Amino acid sequence: MLRTLVTRLAGAAIMAVLATLVIFLIANTVPGDPVLAQLGDIAASNPATVLEWRAKWGLDLPLWERYGIFLQGLAQGDLGTSIASQRPVLDDIAQYAPATVELASIAFALALGTGIPLGIAAAVWRDTWVDAAARVISLIGVSSPTFWLAFVMLAVFYGGLQIAPGPGRLDPIAFPPEEVTGLFLVDSLLAGDWEAFHDAAAHLVLPSIVLAAATIGLITRTTRAAMLEAMGQDYVRVSRAKGMRESYTILRHVLPNALIPVVTLGGLAYANLLAGAVMTETVFSWPGLGRYTFRSAAALDFPAIMGITLVVSVTYLLVNLAVDLSYALLDPRVRR
Amino acid sequence: MTASDRLEAQPQGVNRPPSIPPTLEVRDLRTVFLTDAGPVRAVDGVSFSVGAGETLGIVGESGSGKSVTALSLMRLLEEPARIVGGSMTFQGRDLLAMRPEELRALRGDRMAMVFQDPMTGLNPVIRILRQLTEPMVAHGRFTPPEAKQRAVGLLGRMGITAPEKTVSRFPHEFSGGMRQRVMLAMGFANDPALLIADEPTTALDVTIQAQILDLLRQLNAEFGTAIVLISHDLGVIGAVCRRVAVMYAGEVVEEAATAEVLADPRHPYAWALVNAVPRIDQPLGEDRRLVSIEGAPPDALALPAGCRFAPRCPFKIARCETEHPPLAEVAPGRLARCWVTQAGQVLPRAGGAGFGGTRAASTATEPLLAVRGLVKHFPLPRESLFGARRVVHAVNGIDLDVARGETLGIVGESGCGKSTLARLITRIHAPTAGSITFAGQEIATASPAAIRPLRRRMQMVFQDPYASLNPRMTIGDILAEPLVAHGVVGRGAAARERVRDLLSTVGLNPAWEARYPHEFSGGQRQRISIARALALEPEFIVADEPISALDVNIQAQILNLMLDLQQRMGLTYLFIAHDLAVVRHLCDRVAVLYLGQVMESAPAGALFARPLHPYTGVLISAVPVPGRTRVVLQGEPPSTLVLPTGCVFRARCPIARPVCATAPPLAEHAPGRWAACHFPGEFAHGEMGA
Ligand SMILES: Nc1ncnc2c1ncn2[C@@H]1O[C@H](COP(=O)(O)OP(=O)(O)O)[C@@H](O)[C@H]1O
Ligand code: SF4
Ligand code: SF4
Ligand SMILES: [Mg+2]
Repeated sequence: MLRTLVTRLAGAAIMAVLATLVIFLIANTVPGDPVLAQLGDIAASNPATVLEWRAKWGLDLPLWERYGIFLQGLAQGDLGTSIASQRPVLDDIAQYAPATVELASIAFALALGTGIPLGIAAAVWRDTWVDAAARVISLIGVSSPTFWLAFVMLAVFYGGLQIAPGPGRLDPIAFPPEEVTGLFLVDSLLAGDWEAFHDAAAHLVLPSIVLAAATIGLITRTTRAAMLEAMGQDYVRVSRAKGMRESYTILRHVLPNALIPVVTLGGLAYANLLAGAVMTETVFSWPGLGRYTFRSAAALDFPAIMGITLVVSVTYLLVNLAVDLSYALLDPRVRR
Repeated sequence: MTASDRLEAQPQGVNRPPSIPPTLEVRDLRTVFLTDAGPVRAVDGVSFSVGAGETLGIVGESGSGKSVTALSLMRLLEEPARIVGGSMTFQGRDLLAMRPEELRALRGDRMAMVFQDPMTGLNPVIRILRQLTEPMVAHGRFTPPEAKQRAVGLLGRMGITAPEKTVSRFPHEFSGGMRQRVMLAMGFANDPALLIADEPTTALDVTIQAQILDLLRQLNAEFGTAIVLISHDLGVIGAVCRRVAVMYAGEVVEEAATAEVLADPRHPYAWALVNAVPRIDQPLGEDRRLVSIEGAPPDALALPAGCRFAPRCPFKIARCETEHPPLAEVAPGRLARCWVTQAGQVLPRAGGAGFGGTRAASTATEPLLAVRGLVKHFPLPRESLFGARRVVHAVNGIDLDVARGETLGIVGESGCGKSTLARLITRIHAPTAGSITFAGQEIATASPAAIRPLRRRMQMVFQDPYASLNPRMTIGDILAEPLVAHGVVGRGAAARERVRDLLSTVGLNPAWEARYPHEFSGGQRQRISIARALALEPEFIVADEPISALDVNIQAQILNLMLDLQQRMGLTYLFIAHDLAVVRHLCDRVAVLYLGQVMESAPAGALFARPLHPYTGVLISAVPVPGRTRVVLQGEPPSTLVLPTGCVFRARCPIARPVCATAPPLAEHAPGRWAACHFPGEFAHGEMGA
């Protein structure tokens, strides 16, 4: 087991570096000049300024040399300096990441917590109103555009009913809790600051619902299908023939088998939630990685883009590894 | 362990004193499936009773309503099935009046069921221990620690070695036979008064089947558990059950003592069942055609008004078409649903056959196929970067000759390399070592291009006729494909002509060429595969378990067809099967494989009359024959990953001695009789008809 883990981790590291190479090549072939994006028209019309600027950021070097420098930095744990913010990319990411991790994790928990029970109920009470309701909910979740849903939620619950707080992670006048992890929920608990905890939690409600909506739909559908398949298996009939209670049969015999495909989807969904929060973060003014990515891309901020790529690919690979490990937990047939 | 039939000890159903109520009493049970096309009457007025400690068999072809009856008894039917009539009483309580709560308390407690497929009946993600103890704890009979102890005890009782250790494993670590033992242990978890076993051995090898049947018999004798055993094989039922109910189209058509039905069936359908299977304990007739009845069971949506068997019955009289016969006594303790036998007529004895035509013994000297030192190893995928690759030793040095016009049978337990051998001979696989000479030409190492012309002369028929027919092609296209590919005929009229020819050769309607495989039954599909194999007019056909997936009546039809074709076209067969009676019936010579090696090869008659190798002896002994003393071979074939040293059969051989640590050569002990054993002929098996 340990050896598998080590091999897998090493493989993951290699894959992550390869991903940066691909992004590096793509980023350098897209039309668009960071000079223009950074210096502005007037400064960019002065060739001397442009040359000096290019030299400063190493843009005058050949492609391979620049990638070599990037790798060298990487080996020392340095992702370079952001052109736009002039700060180390790692610091930027460290600053923005917790907001996204917090949002995506809550959204993920919400998606699992709603999607799995809903899928189970839909399968157990197949072709009844429960099933129909679950189908409607997952359809709405999957098909409503995030942007639209975000605005509707804000308009109804913040603007109209005024029962939810507005955009942002905290009330504009509140102080964030003392930073330990950057996750406000955790930090406020560590600091024993109930008011901040409550505030942070309230601010998470709308964006996490919006972010989770599509995933809830997917997980509900997958769970339902997997449950139905498992319910048709012989061992379920055997359990009934043994005189086991129906609820026991469903939870103990059907569910563990049905969860195996759900785990695959869940892992992918979590990685997508982390990487794909741009839209939600924009509408809810959430200072997270999504917005950082968006800004860096707009500014053609190469070092920042490379750093984000690396973080995202490492995340995907780690999530994949976690999925494989949970397979081993759920399914004894893949254990060795 | 040696076990003999002790059926005499059982109480007999008909003689039960009227004061004791039977354990299970079923009267006029009717179960229908409410389908869109109308109600399908799957079980239609079935009655029987089982007393305490009795054994009842239910036999019939697939679709006759056996499993639906069993599920009705357990009240485990699923939508859209409904019990629409009749009564079922279990220990004096009305099963149909019970609330779900009461039923649940009964299931797995007083009344247990074992299902057909042990591979899917166990939950793959839950440890065996938990699956075994669940019902013990849930029914409140045992505390968890007691249940664990009992689970270990039961597994040991079921013949699983080191049960304390194996009990905490997961199902995938068990073989099919072991899983069926676990399922049986589960059935006996709470010492039920009644155990219903639905085809519990159908998916298993004869040797394992013999072990399981033995176990059922012992459990019945020891714990007095009443048993309802469902099977399509009367031989299996005969090994365990005193009485049998024969089902056809949802009805019981005959009920009597099993031995009586086997010896003298009183319903024409039972008669066909008994005579469709070759019997290993009866002398072979000159002609080897088996009794087979044409046609299919009636459509359950539109059952005939008169006798349901009338459309297929060879004995029918005028009355049969119009009046539905009742199940009535034809002899003391014997019930049959037939006008003819109720009127006292006796059905003829078929006794294995009897309609003219002899088989000419093969006279050719030079063999059509000669195999020498054939080896096939499959390296497994690497498990890790550094570990050594493991190798499956599927075939380990096989020598064989097949003469022109003869049938060589290959037998052995599953995994012994039968299919691999077939695929090597047809060069679907390339051998690791050894030579294969077909019609004088070396093909073991020949290139695919060099083999291509030989493909016309050598064809293969597979076990699963459905998997081997492309579902998206019409039968006409499937049959024309090899003709066109080999340039025998062009597309169009000539091809169509030949296709229609082929269809009528294998007994199918030529007008069906435009149909798709799913529109045919299993037996018809196997006829189509045979037609496809015949398309190129081959001399040699390799048939890998061609009848294993079929009902006995269809098996008889296919066997008759194969015999017929051989006579008409002078075909040579390599026939792989695990059913020894069938092999004895069809084959001229037989080779017995174990762990990818030939243990014995001899003319069929001599081999079955007096086997030289102990493995052959126990295989023959494992065939269920009522009232015969049997030697039950313990254990299962060892792993093919590491070949044992010395005699490969040593670990399971009942007469192994120290000298067996050196491998015996395959030597000729009498003309044409080869065996690989240091003590040929020393193992005495149960007495057998010659
Ligand atoms: N393609 C393959 N790869 C690995 N092992 C195989 C392959 N084909 C067959 N085997 C193994 O070879 C052995 C013999 O198999 P087979 O010839 O199918 O036996 P049988 O026909 O008697 O059931 C078995 O252990 C089987 O698992
Ligand atoms: S009643 Fe007539 S048709 Fe039916 S089985 Fe008897 S003889 Fe055949
Ligand atoms: S050689 Fe020995 S172990 Fe092998 S079959 Fe013969 S007696 Fe048994
Ligand atoms: Mg096989």
